[in-house]
Amino acid sequence: MADIVPTAAEDIPSAEVAEVDLYHAKSWWTKYVFSQDAKVIAVQYSCTAIAIGLVALVLSWLMRLQLGFPESFSFIDASDYYQFITMHGMIMVIYLLTALFLGGFGNYLIPLMVGARDMVFPYVNMLSFWVYLLAVVVLVASFFVPGGPTGAGWTLYPPQAILSGTPGSEYGIILMLVSLALFIIGFTMGGLNYVVTVLQARTRGMTLMRMPLTVWGIFVATILALLAFPALFVGAVMMLFDRILGSSFFMPAIVVMGEQLSYGGGSPILFQHLFWFFGHPEVYIVALPAFGIVSDLLSVHARRHIFGYRMMVWAIVIIGALSFVVWAHHMYVSGMNPWFGFFFATTTLIIAVPTALKVYNWTLTLWRANIQLTLPMLFALAFIVTFVNGGITGLFLGNVVVDVPLSDTMFVVAHFHMVMGVAPLLVIFGAIYHWYPLMTGRMLDEKLGKFHFWVTFIGTYIIFLPLHYLGILGVPRRYFEMGDTSFIPDSAQDLNAFVTVAALIVGFAQLVFLYNLFRSLRHGKISERNPWKAASLEWQTAAYPPGHGNFGEHLPVVYRWAYDYGVPGAPDDFIPQNVPNNAVAESHAEAPSAADDAEAPRT
Amino acid sequence: MKKGFGVAFMLFLVTAGTVLFHVFSPWWWTPLASNWGYIDDTIILTFWITGVVFVAVLGFTAYCVLRFSYQEGRRSEYKPENKKVEWWLTGLTSLGVVGMLTPGLFVWNEFVSVPKDAAVIEVMGQQWQWSYRLPGKDGVLGTTDVRQVNDKNPFGINMKDPKGRDDVLISGEDLHLPLDKPVKVLLRSLDVLHDFYVPQFRAKMDMVPGVVTYFWFTPTRTGTFDALCFELCGVGHYAMRSKVVVEKEGAYQAWLKKQQTFAQSLRAAEKQSGAESKVASAQGSGNAAGGGSPPLVTGR
Repeated sequence: MADIVPTAAEDIPSAEVAEVDLYHAKSWWTKYVFSQDAKVIAVQYSCTAIAIGLVALVLSWLMRLQLGFPESFSFIDASDYYQFITMHGMIMVIYLLTALFLGGFGNYLIPLMVGARDMVFPYVNMLSFWVYLLAVVVLVASFFVPGGPTGAGWTLYPPQAILSGTPGSEYGIILMLVSLALFIIGFTMGGLNYVVTVLQARTRGMTLMRMPLTVWGIFVATILALLAFPALFVGAVMMLFDRILGSSFFMPAIVVMGEQLSYGGGSPILFQHLFWFFGHPEVYIVALPAFGIVSDLLSVHARRHIFGYRMMVWAIVIIGALSFVVWAHHMYVSGMNPWFGFFFATTTLIIAVPTALKVYNWTLTLWRANIQLTLPMLFALAFIVTFVNGGITGLFLGNVVVDVPLSDTMFVVAHFHMVMGVAPLLVIFGAIYHWYPLMTGRMLDEKLGKFHFWVTFIGTYIIFLPLHYLGILGVPRRYFEMGDTSFIPDSAQDLNAFVTVAALIVGFAQLVFLYNLFRSLRHGKISERNPWKAASLEWQTAAYPPGHGNFGEHLPVVYRWAYDYGVPGAPDDFIPQNVPNNAVAESHAEAPSAADDAEAPRT
Repeated sequence: MKKGFGVAFMLFLVTAGTVLFHVFSPWWWTPLASNWGYIDDTIILTFWITGVVFVAVLGFTAYCVLRFSYQEGRRSEYKPENKKVEWWLTGLTSLGVVGMLTPGLFVWNEFVSVPKDAAVIEVMGQQWQWSYRLPGKDGVLGTTDVRQVNDKNPFGINMKDPKGRDDVLISGEDLHLPLDKPVKVLLRSLDVLHDFYVPQFRAKMDMVPGVVTYFWFTPTRTGTFDALCFELCGVGHYAMRSKVVVEKEGAYQAWLKKQQTFAQSLRAAEKQSGAESKVASAQGSGNAAGGGSPPLVTGR
């Protein structure tokens, strides 16, 4: 276990390249608006993502109102409903979760956690945010064009997405596709930054196998995104051509409402392959950062090292690799050659093994630990519950023949909300409670946080658990209203009403969370340095909260992994990564400038 | 009260609540009406295997929270890896996965292997209605081409194909099927993706314009069942309904005799077109297939 035993100070290599001076902001504009500081860009990304996420939250209320109380709201017709679900899904998956995990947490944490002063290409990093913002603006603009935003479902399946029977087929779909293309361009600029920073800008002693799992998760997720998004990009461009130029990439010969269209020869299933070749890795683009972050939250707040670190790293890498050979499990009943089912069911169930191991290792981290039930720990525990639940239902849907009756039912809706909606969002909340002090120097209010936690956790769980059973019953997804259907009992409608009420309550709790975020900026309890007594580098900066350039005059040198909690014989129950062995004997918890003290002479 | 008791109790409650909800849920499968009991069995097996893991993992988590919650001055155990435990868990998980996958693939093999004696029928989807086509006396469906779809030929049956003339066409009405006879359902769409699904049959497949897809099943119970569209197909998706009537052979044959063939419908259309040409063309522009009613609601 060479990677875990602290390395002697002499083994630390000297820096291979001299430090380059950072661009220093000269005005308010370049400091806070057109900033090249990854930490500011992270906040910009996060605020934009949360703002657009609120739109998606409101859309979910509207769709739930319709489902819970059909025929009660004259302002919601079928077109509106399909637009709500489409935009809700697209915003949540792409513009909130992807942007927040990679653009938000990636930007903030990667440089700090690997001991870099900033991302390696700060200017490109800044552009990444502004292109992302443009993508969001184009997306929002689609709400205001004639016909409204697209209502094609977030999967945007052609031919339906660009034909007149679907709301928003005039302008909405065009803006949606343009927005996606912009998002991908913006993401690529940021993503290249994250990958190169992790590979090239780690400080001395920060070997790959000493990186916090947060960095591993975001790093591998970014690689996935860089490989997967191009498939969506070409799919979006080809569909734009079909819609605007009349090409037929995805369009076979079609008769719509008795009218022969001029399309011919294209394949709708081709789009599905392109979409899911992106879409499945996308699940892990969201999940892997959550896996990484939750590992760190569990470890820090349980005051114990993560269990099986190397297996955790390899599981992330293997899951990432496998995620590229499972995409067609979204297409078992798409009409593709059914013999593909054997291959994709097998790969899909294989991916369950490394995923399950991660779950075991999280729980084994708690074994003989010293668990502090702080807010981040509560959210991490809730993540385990919802992720186990959602992961298990994935085994149903991945096992091809079981998917046949369940596909396109509420079971699918419940499954993916549990596993890639609720579970990653719980991690995001936990992460915000955890790193808010680092970002602002203040703690979030604990009482409001507890309220937010319990309502969100229990609320989302009782929203999505019963929906699985509606799916088993045979209630389809994407239905504006069920009308009279012989096999659906009245109790299903009562359940829908109950779920709607629960969704509104959970939504309200999110407003409390937002209030907490804003209020604590000024009125939160002042956070002491490293309030959670974490060992990873982001808490060992010279200034607290860290300023531009992250560390003091000298970059920290890393002597150990990020999980030295409860080391026998050490005076404190944790040893920061930048404390050399010969300094462990002295108490370090009070040493704020450990980064500088431990510094070897600059070369 | 011990620190951590509250949280551990909630974790326990969620775990137990989930299991109890599963056992007592009033919402469960519709009673099976086809040969695909194997699918239900595979799902029950999956529930058992995953259920055990669910309870074990969350129970263990709740126990840890209760047993190891924070005490000032205590140190957690420093034991970064345990190869033995990790290999055991890998092995057991793999075993569970094999236990679910093997029967799953076995049943899938059945699902994609259509019996030779299966009767062939066609379900055709278009926004937002279902139509059905049965082979006539020759037992073969005529070839089709979307380009040949028009008012008189809503199915787009190839006019030059003699095998198509005796095909039985059913538009805007229920589909009838004989009991206990395996059926291969060919699926065709004129416009966008659709999916023909009767929950009691458990079997479904998307229909994709440009290609013909299929699935097969054997109806095992008489009755009238709701058929729904299970692939988003535009604003009328939720109202794209039909019914499937499963009945004994005699009743089925009686029903079949009453249905019109393609040749009969062409003759009827010709007669009509003389008398009511204006009315027919007005209807045709709105609704090519005639019968059925696109329910709704156009865009704003």
